[in-house]
Amino acid sequence: MVNNSPSPPHPPDRPDSSGAPDSSSPLDSPAVRARNLTVTRGSRTVLRSLDFTVPAGRITGLLGPSGCGKSTLMRAIVGTQAKVTGTLEVLGHPAGTARLRSRIGYVTQAPSVYDDLTVRQNLDYFAAILDPGRAATARRDGNVTRVIDDVALTTHADALAGNLSGGQRSRVSLAVALLGTPDLLVLDEPTVGLDPVLRRDLWDLFHRIAAERRATLLVSSHVMDEAERCHRLLLMREGRILADGPPDALRARTGAETVEAAFLHLVDEATAAGASRTETVGGTYQ
Amino acid sequence: MTTRAISPSRTTATATRVLRQLAHDPRTIALMLLVPCVMLFLLRYVFDAGPRTFDSIGASLLGIFPLITMFLVTSIATLRERTSGTLERLLAMPLGKGDLIAGYALAFGTVAIVQSALATGLALWFLGLDVMGSPWLLLLVALLDALLGTALGLFVSAFAASEFQAVQFMPAVVFPQLLLCGLFAPRSDMHPVLEGISNALPMSYAVDGMNEVLHHPDMTADFLRDVLVVAASALLVLFLGAATLRRRTA
Repeated sequence: MVNNSPSPPHPPDRPDSSGAPDSSSPLDSPAVRARNLTVTRGSRTVLRSLDFTVPAGRITGLLGPSGCGKSTLMRAIVGTQAKVTGTLEVLGHPAGTARLRSRIGYVTQAPSVYDDLTVRQNLDYFAAILDPGRAATARRDGNVTRVIDDVALTTHADALAGNLSGGQRSRVSLAVALLGTPDLLVLDEPTVGLDPVLRRDLWDLFHRIAAERRATLLVSSHVMDEAERCHRLLLMREGRILADGPPDALRARTGAETVEAAFLHLVDEATAAGASRTETVGGTYQ
Repeated sequence: MTTRAISPSRTTATATRVLRQLAHDPRTIALMLLVPCVMLFLLRYVFDAGPRTFDSIGASLLGIFPLITMFLVTSIATLRERTSGTLERLLAMPLGKGDLIAGYALAFGTVAIVQSALATGLALWFLGLDVMGSPWLLLLVALLDALLGTALGLFVSAFAASEFQAVQFMPAVVFPQLLLCGLFAPRSDMHPVLEGISNALPMSYAVDGMNEVLHHPDMTADFLRDVLVVAASALLVLFLGAATLRRRTA
């Protein structure tokens, strides 16, 4: 639709030596590794024994229709989801471990910011939680100014969050997640309701974060044209992973023009097969 | 870093944030500070013919106002924190539950000090409330009551799914204590069962403490006991409230 020139996923280039040193999560070990991951909510099984990895330093798109379990999967990864069984390792530690809290940035689908604070006051507070202490004041102020600029809200920095438009509020929420220079960014539908220019700018920002900081991004969307901007895709449907691989490989595998067509093809195939099962397409992307 | 109790800088950051939120809402501040004063003023002239009655009820109310106000404000504020997703976000960050709760207690405790100072000052110096003990002791009890109100509000907000329910918890939690605390009739004159229940409710000790200050020039052993009971109740409920803050939710 709006994405008339789908920017191809960046080639799997190694970021040059100017990238931040990060010995704790080398590119060859995945940022997220799930084995037999199952989540129940009440009597309903929302995620059914998922096996997947999310490669480090890449942008992985989590796509699927609303209600397929994307948000639940993201909540499990950041450690706020109850009743998670199976194995789920995040940055080398079990999901939800206290030491991971400062290394993960998480943006919920609904903007979670204080409506009765200004943009800057919101960020000041979350920055003080991530990087507390009087000695860090200057560094915090610098970070806050940087992330406000990253999400293009500099002119609205002193406006109350409650007075902003929906898209602006979700950008405040996104800015909070960018504060701590996290190793893993989990973004639940970060571009919903944004105009094409802003969506392009945000995706450019995501690519910059992945390339410059070697951060891992897991971005959910139900808009399939955003899939083209990811290095790797996880297609979900009804609590299962339908397919896993780079967009090119998905299209090639299904003979489809777009990821959307590929997804529909896979859904039909799964329905025809009577049971949806995981198909790994194209192998690893390194 | 995993289970350390409280980080002072994160606690003060939280308290600052809560106060900044209030600062954007001057009407709430005005209501919190002025309503107790107006009530005391009304009460003084309701008992125009019997200033001694005003002494006793006025002193009790100085302890009850902060409890009710802080209960309401905290239960709504934490409910909003739960429903807006900011609580989930905070708990996914390196913020201890103790930091959050202590931050709220610090912020609303500060407001309570201002509120109680205004109400006590008005009652003592303009409405002729006749207190034998020190006004500082009145303030101390008022502050502890405010903390108790904050603790109760935090606790019940876990059981409220909406602001409607949260507001209804006020009569459910506060009114029984109000009826049984000795404000309307001496607790010793109540049915023994009710007297027994009133012995278990923290507001009874708040009112008893205020009356000790009213009737005795010095700090009495009873006053000390009352203050300790209120403080311990506040702490206990704060811990219960902390237990309702869950990092992982369905």
